[in-house]
Amino acid sequence: MRPAFSVLFLTTLIGAGQGLFITLFFCELLVGASLPENFLLGGAVLVLVLSALGGISSVFHLGHPERAWRAMTMWRTSWLAREGIALPAFMAVVFAYALAHWLNFGHTLAIGVIGVVFAIVLFVCTGMIYAAIKVLKEWSHPLTIVNFIVLGCASGTTLAAAYAAYAAPDLVAGLAKAAFALTVLGLLTRAVSLWRNATLRPTSTLQTAIGIRHPHIVQKAQGSLGGSYNTREFFHGKSPAFVRGILVALLLGSFVLPLALVLTLPLLAFVAQYLGLLAERWYFFAEAQHPQNLYYQGKS
Amino acid sequence: MTQLALVIDLNVCVGCHACVTNCKQWNTSGAAGALTDCNPYEQDPNGTFFNRVQTFEVGAYPATETVHFPKSCLHCEDPACVPVCPTGASYKRKSDGIVLVDYDKCIGCKYCSWACPYGVREFDEERKVMTKCTLCVDRIYDMSLPEERRKPSCVLACPPGARLFGDVHDPESEVSVAIRERGGYTLMPEANTKPANHYLPRRKTTVTVRNEELYRSDNPHKIDGAPFDETLPPATEELN
Ligand code: SF4
Ligand code: SF4
Ligand code: SF4
Repeated sequence: MRPAFSVLFLTTLIGAGQGLFITLFFCELLVGASLPENFLLGGAVLVLVLSALGGISSVFHLGHPERAWRAMTMWRTSWLAREGIALPAFMAVVFAYALAHWLNFGHTLAIGVIGVVFAIVLFVCTGMIYAAIKVLKEWSHPLTIVNFIVLGCASGTTLAAAYAAYAAPDLVAGLAKAAFALTVLGLLTRAVSLWRNATLRPTSTLQTAIGIRHPHIVQKAQGSLGGSYNTREFFHGKSPAFVRGILVALLLGSFVLPLALVLTLPLLAFVAQYLGLLAERWYFFAEAQHPQNLYYQGKS
Repeated sequence: MTQLALVIDLNVCVGCHACVTNCKQWNTSGAAGALTDCNPYEQDPNGTFFNRVQTFEVGAYPATETVHFPKSCLHCEDPACVPVCPTGASYKRKSDGIVLVDYDKCIGCKYCSWACPYGVREFDEERKVMTKCTLCVDRIYDMSLPEERRKPSCVLACPPGARLFGDVHDPESEVSVAIRERGGYTLMPEANTKPANHYLPRRKTTVTVRNEELYRSDNPHKIDGAPFDETLPPATEELN
């Protein structure tokens, strides 16, 4: 698949935002009394900014953004519609959480619980958008959802450590350790899915695609001269060396550098991890082999 | 329940692209607006088509066969493209099984095209909506056309008659009989979308040429009455 850039930004930005919110909630739950004033409020605003940026970038994916509201209507069947509802719902709860802290409403832990549930629901919706596409075997697996959750939480916790370095120095050590642990977990779960995808065997072949049993079939024409939507949308068009480069970037950026930096320089660790996760998402698209590509294997 | 579909005979298709041209012509002239063409007369011409003919070479030289393979939306009975659509723009009609896109509702998210195993949906780069074969829904019910013309444009255009159209749920329809008697099959059955369109495989084609067919009725011998021996095998000059 060709990586869709607006989607790379959407999933990495809101993922970090959701992870940050979950971390803020646990900060409040475990050491709420000793937190500096406005630490949670500032954090919640950061979550809102990240989610809003993600939402804005997702709009660039659409051919008709002015009709985006329609994307909420088919929530009974479509995970994309469910995400379209879950994102604003999550943002609304985070907004309420920020408001409750700002105006000293109280009940912030209760709102926080709802926010955590919505954050997880949003993770599941985002993951299921990909995992629900049965023909893309690389995506159609529970690991897709696991990775969205774990990597989102890891980057969110790294961001929380970076934020605490300025706003709540007492917390940095604890948050950095949590980020370290989540990043190690992310490395494990992503490594499993990388290995799985690299060793997958496609279900469909050119033989089943056109229904001719002969083992030797060569494509001579694709039905277009200058390419088509099918040759643009489903191929990333990059060389194997470039794809390997992205794989190295994703391993270094998402895991190795943050693990090396988070205990000492959490802000730098977050920047590296965010860029690494962009590479991770790029690779996530690039490694998915769509069966329609069987119809676009060559021309002469 | 009716399920309209195309049945394409790969034994008959000659790869002339007449169906592609007529499909484009019909669907670019309809109420939904023109099908985009980018750089039509420049390098890398490309545009939106609902139907394309691909060509494959089967076997190793010299024992090869050229197979022309028309590909359009298969109007699946369990379409992967429909439930994923967040807007309801993609839908399957209960009345006749045609899978359609409502261009006024589509937000152009392309999600449906990811879910379809066959790569038959094409995003229109100018209208910014998803498009695909409509089974010519705007002509097959058009009562102002004579009945034999109420067929998809591609079916009407096909010079050797490789494309059949009808209700695959009616066991007595032309398409059901063809599927039954000529080994009709579906593409990528493992994708479990249950395509309604079927393909008929290549088969051994033998043509019996009778001797009298080798003698042209307007052969000069028959016109000027010049003598020739009918017991001899036909010579070139007799056939000219
Ligand atoms: S061929 Fe693809 S676009 Fe057409 S109905 Fe089947 S899944 Fe949908
Ligand atoms: S591109 Fe249009 S038809 Fe396809 S899933 Fe999105 S809204 Fe539905
Ligand atoms: S049925 Fe109509 S829209 Fe579909 S391929 Fe044929 S001509 Fe094109």
